[in-house]
Amino acid sequence: MDVNKNSYTFLFAILMVVIVAALLSTAAIQLKPYQDVNIVLEKKQNILSSVGINILRDSANIIYTKYIKEELVLNSDGNIVEGSAFDLDLSVELKKDKSKQLLPLFISEFDNEKKYIIPLRGKGLWGPIWGFIALEKDLNTVYGAVFDHKGETPGLGAEINQDFFQDPFQGKNIFDNDGSFKSIVVKKGGADKNDKYAVDGISGGTITSDGVTDMLSERLNMYLPYFENLKSDLRNNDSVLNIDTLAINDINLIYE
Amino acid sequence: MSNNFLFSKKDKKLLTDPLDDNNPITVQVLGICSALAITVQLKPAVVMAVSVLFVLSTANVVVSLMRNLIPSRIRIIVQLVVIASLVILVDQVLKAFVYDVSKELSVFVGLIITNCIIMGRLEAFALGNTPGKAFLDGLGNSFGYGIILIIVAFFRELLGSGTLYGYPVLEKLGVYELGYENNGMMILPPMALITVGILIWIQRARNTKLIESN
Repeated sequence: MDVNKNSYTFLFAILMVVIVAALLSTAAIQLKPYQDVNIVLEKKQNILSSVGINILRDSANIIYTKYIKEELVLNSDGNIVEGSAFDLDLSVELKKDKSKQLLPLFISEFDNEKKYIIPLRGKGLWGPIWGFIALEKDLNTVYGAVFDHKGETPGLGAEINQDFFQDPFQGKNIFDNDGSFKSIVVKKGGADKNDKYAVDGISGGTITSDGVTDMLSERLNMYLPYFENLKSDLRNNDSVLNIDTLAINDINLIYE
Repeated sequence: MSNNFLFSKKDKKLLTDPLDDNNPITVQVLGICSALAITVQLKPAVVMAVSVLFVLSTANVVVSLMRNLIPSRIRIIVQLVVIASLVILVDQVLKAFVYDVSKELSVFVGLIITNCIIMGRLEAFALGNTPGKAFLDGLGNSFGYGIILIIVAFFRELLGSGTLYGYPVLEKLGVYELGYENNGMMILPPMALITVGILIWIQRARNTKLIESN
């Protein structure tokens, strides 16, 4: 057989493409359910770690239902609307007009305190960056933050998913004393220790650091109407403060 | 078949040659692109080495099996299709079963396709040899590639970030208290080139038959 005939070459190419396409699409379809499970578990894991609960991925499902009490979808006016916050795709929402965006919000409750977890998404140097920031019930103090990225430079921008970068966010404020919104800045060259509104940037990772700054101010800004509603509700219902004293005793279990 | 026993002298040479005398990176100067990109830290370098090991040895066997059927005018495209399919397959399997590793590799999985070592071996060896030999050649070359990758990543991570495989070695040793600082240059790609250059220098100083006569 002459393998260099034109007809054979065409036949070979066509056959090859069909076989490879069939092989790869079968593999992709068969593996999709496993991959989706991983993605959902990872998201739960990330949400939990923003409130300081670090767990193995396998246990994310159980622990998640235990600690995340509410999943809300908000509109840009800060009102709660129908929908699943967990399935809301921020990358899709961000493309919409600001007034049409839907905002997911997760509320965690343990030790009798509510923590408001806000999903973040923005642009790094090479691709998207995202994360979760948890606010204390005063809606001002940061309880914790986690970040991750698609493909930032290893050793530089990619370090935003490391503890040394994330931990300093704890205790920072997003509003100044007068109550106007300030957000948190990731500062090149290092932030002053007493600065309540800034954290240290990563040397060599300035563009990613700036991306985090922009992401925080852009995303948090979207939630201001909801915070306002919540605060005025709180003022009105001051007397009806929820005094649920059920302590969660098994919080230590998670770390074992 | 008896003279085709797996580890005849010739076969052994297929395995060991790429480690030193015919190393794909330091002697053939192939695969430099990925050697620069992923040697900032040890972990991605190790995962990359393992992935290349799988892709190269499998692609070598597949192409060698088809070597008498491939029309020579489209052989490069056929090789590319084989490599790309394997890489995508690896990527999908990693995502499904070892999600953490797949996250670690992220964009680098795609880089395997562009690794000229793989195409080079398919073109130069697998097309003209039996599957068994091609498999050994694939193993040997990916070991040769992986070793250099890991050596370079070792020095870049140690000197650039002060860690090894993410573990803060230098901090534990207390060298920072003596006034030592990490060399940020090591993190940047040019230092990978210089590190590879130094490796080539050391290798040639030890193995004099690599020195070209002029």
